[in-house]
Amino acid sequence: MSDQMLSPDHPSVVFACRNLRVFVKDGDNEKLIVRGVDLTVRRGEKHALMGPNGSGKSTLAAALMGHPSYRVEGDIWLEGERVDTLEPHERARRGLFLSFQYPVAVPGVTVANFLRASLAARRGAEIPVRAFRQELNEAFATMSIDPSFITRYLNDGFSGGEKKKLEILQMLLLKPSFSLLDETDSGLDIDALKIVSEGINLASGPQNGLLLVTHYQRILNHVQPDVVHVFMNGHLVRTGGMELVSALEERGYDWLADEAAVAEGSRA
Amino acid sequence: MSRDEELAVAAAVDARAARSAELTSLNDDYTAKYGFHDPEDYFLKAPKGLDHEVVEMISRKKNEPDWMRAIRHAALETFLAKPMPRWGNQEALAGIDFENIHYYIKPKGEQASDWNDVPDQIKRTFDRLGVPEAERKFLAGVTAQYESEVVYHSIREDLTKLGVIFMDMDSALREHPEIVRKWFGKIIPTNDNKFSALNTAVWSGGSFIYVPKGVKVDIPLQAYFRINAENMGQFERTLIIADEDSSVHYIEGCTAPTYSSDSLHSAVVELVALDRARIRYTTIQNWSTNVYNLVTKRAHAHTDAVVEWVDGNLGSKLTMKYPAIVLLGERAHGEVLSIAFAGNGQHQDAGAKMTHAAPNTTSRIVSKSISKGEGRSSYRGLVKVNRGAKGCKTSVECDALLIGEHAVSDTYPTMDVAESDVRVEHEARVSKVGEEQLFYLQSRGLDPDKARLMIVNGFIEPFVKELPMEYAVELNRLIELEMEGSVG
Repeated sequence: MSDQMLSPDHPSVVFACRNLRVFVKDGDNEKLIVRGVDLTVRRGEKHALMGPNGSGKSTLAAALMGHPSYRVEGDIWLEGERVDTLEPHERARRGLFLSFQYPVAVPGVTVANFLRASLAARRGAEIPVRAFRQELNEAFATMSIDPSFITRYLNDGFSGGEKKKLEILQMLLLKPSFSLLDETDSGLDIDALKIVSEGINLASGPQNGLLLVTHYQRILNHVQPDVVHVFMNGHLVRTGGMELVSALEERGYDWLADEAAVAEGSRA
Repeated sequence: MSRDEELAVAAAVDARAARSAELTSLNDDYTAKYGFHDPEDYFLKAPKGLDHEVVEMISRKKNEPDWMRAIRHAALETFLAKPMPRWGNQEALAGIDFENIHYYIKPKGEQASDWNDVPDQIKRTFDRLGVPEAERKFLAGVTAQYESEVVYHSIREDLTKLGVIFMDMDSALREHPEIVRKWFGKIIPTNDNKFSALNTAVWSGGSFIYVPKGVKVDIPLQAYFRINAENMGQFERTLIIADEDSSVHYIEGCTAPTYSSDSLHSAVVELVALDRARIRYTTIQNWSTNVYNLVTKRAHAHTDAVVEWVDGNLGSKLTMKYPAIVLLGERAHGEVLSIAFAGNGQHQDAGAKMTHAAPNTTSRIVSKSISKGEGRSSYRGLVKVNRGAKGCKTSVECDALLIGEHAVSDTYPTMDVAESDVRVEHEARVSKVGEEQLFYLQSRGLDPDKARLMIVNGFIEPFVKELPMEYAVELNRLIELEMEGSVG
């Protein structure tokens, strides 16, 4: 791949990782989940990461954001700078974003209060109340979320669809340079899927990039990724375009298992 | 969204914004803000220790009627005879040195109804604590107690015209002896426990409120209790009577200087809500960590009456406090909503007692505690349904939040139900400030301290939203102080 030849600090690269290995604590031992991943995303590109259940896709996304349960080896680059030693909030302030598969509830903290605090953190300055309110109203309208949610407690008692819409709303407000979207399509009905996809497309531009983690073709039909990766057993076993998605939809993942085994062998 | 809804949302956002702006501008600590003390300059300071002579002296100085003096002396005997509570934190209780406490201190000057007449030093203290400012902004009446005596008192004239009485307990004993004698010690008898007996022997100050039939006091009345001297014992006595169909909201706040040796605060608070009356009693106490806070609070709720204790416990070395409500009349309703914050070296042993003594009475207890560092908080509660109290409903909800590996929380819920036709719900939860919640907030750019504070403030939000806005701001500020230098 010519992309892999690009240096991770090349101005056209928004996000990259090199030989990324992710370990998770397993009793007294550590278990290797991500076994050496190289990824290069150029500005303006949308990448999809597909793979069977349990392949470690979500682990990869969380580890890239800096989840404390994981130990990471290798480099992570955002906007030409190493971020792998930074805390999650420092990565976020520099423009990394993770849309959670299962956003947690924080009872007692209103959506408004939370959004204002995170916007201030991302932008490095408090936002005047009036301007914040206007921005909020527009974003809620865009994502078709009832404005009453502004004063609800964060993700507390939200349906799956409501949570996912709120994740993408945050993506719109925070304007990240690189977004990790972890199974944002799971648990969405057709209408919600459309709204969420449109939100993702709206948040995407020529300067930023994203990695969309999913099992299914349907969201990819809306979001239209430029690059599709298949992730199995901790490796990227195949990279291609939309045609790869169709092949997976028809044939499942099994036919790629052999390639995964080969990749495993070549690294052993 | 309708215009009204939009305004409501806007108002909510504005209020939060104001609150969080205030939160971020804060950067001091307890010692600077509350822990300061004035030089000691008193009219009268009783020597340390307690005997009949001290009791006699207090009563004589106050020029009390014989019946009250007799109650005091008898109470002292009860106090001396009664053992310490055999539950709670035995080690901490054993640390109280009753001989090393001043039981009565009278500051200089007479009680004033104009802040300008309060001695300068004391006025400055209450200014620093923000009491006069709060009075101007949103209170219908204020008393300010300094050591053993109320130094300032005021009430809005229109309330006086309606017959509302709000004054310190000593003045009430002089001016309304018949009401005081009728109710004093009737809700909490002298021998209820060792500390109610102690208070009855040496009580001084506290609030007296009488709200006549049908009068609704819409704006809160407030009392502020300040300890200044080292090794001080403060024993205020409060009695609130809401006559039929009346309502009142009373708020108390308390602080003390930080000393290396201990002080004792032991109040007795008695409430009577007659038929269809409504009393809400809100406490935000923030004692320095050298204060033992051992308080007895109980209310009687008559037919269709409503009593609510809203109780915020911060600070102190050991707090033992279980606001109680006896639901005496049919359909009476009682609520105890409390939070406790225990930091290093602190034990908050708090809870509630609810007695259903009449049919179709309802009650709700919500207790939230936060233990941080090596702090310990305990919920201790009793719900009692008497035989014959059919159709009662009660719910108890305890939530404990632990911050750090060494924080401790324990729960001692007791249900004593002698009737079958009742609905009882009980729920208890202990949670840690969750790694997933922290990670979620951090992934949105919030640093770990701010994220943790947000989670804690969210945890107590059900309590905070019951407070008037000014107190909500204050409480969030206090929590932020407690959270400073949080565990990583």
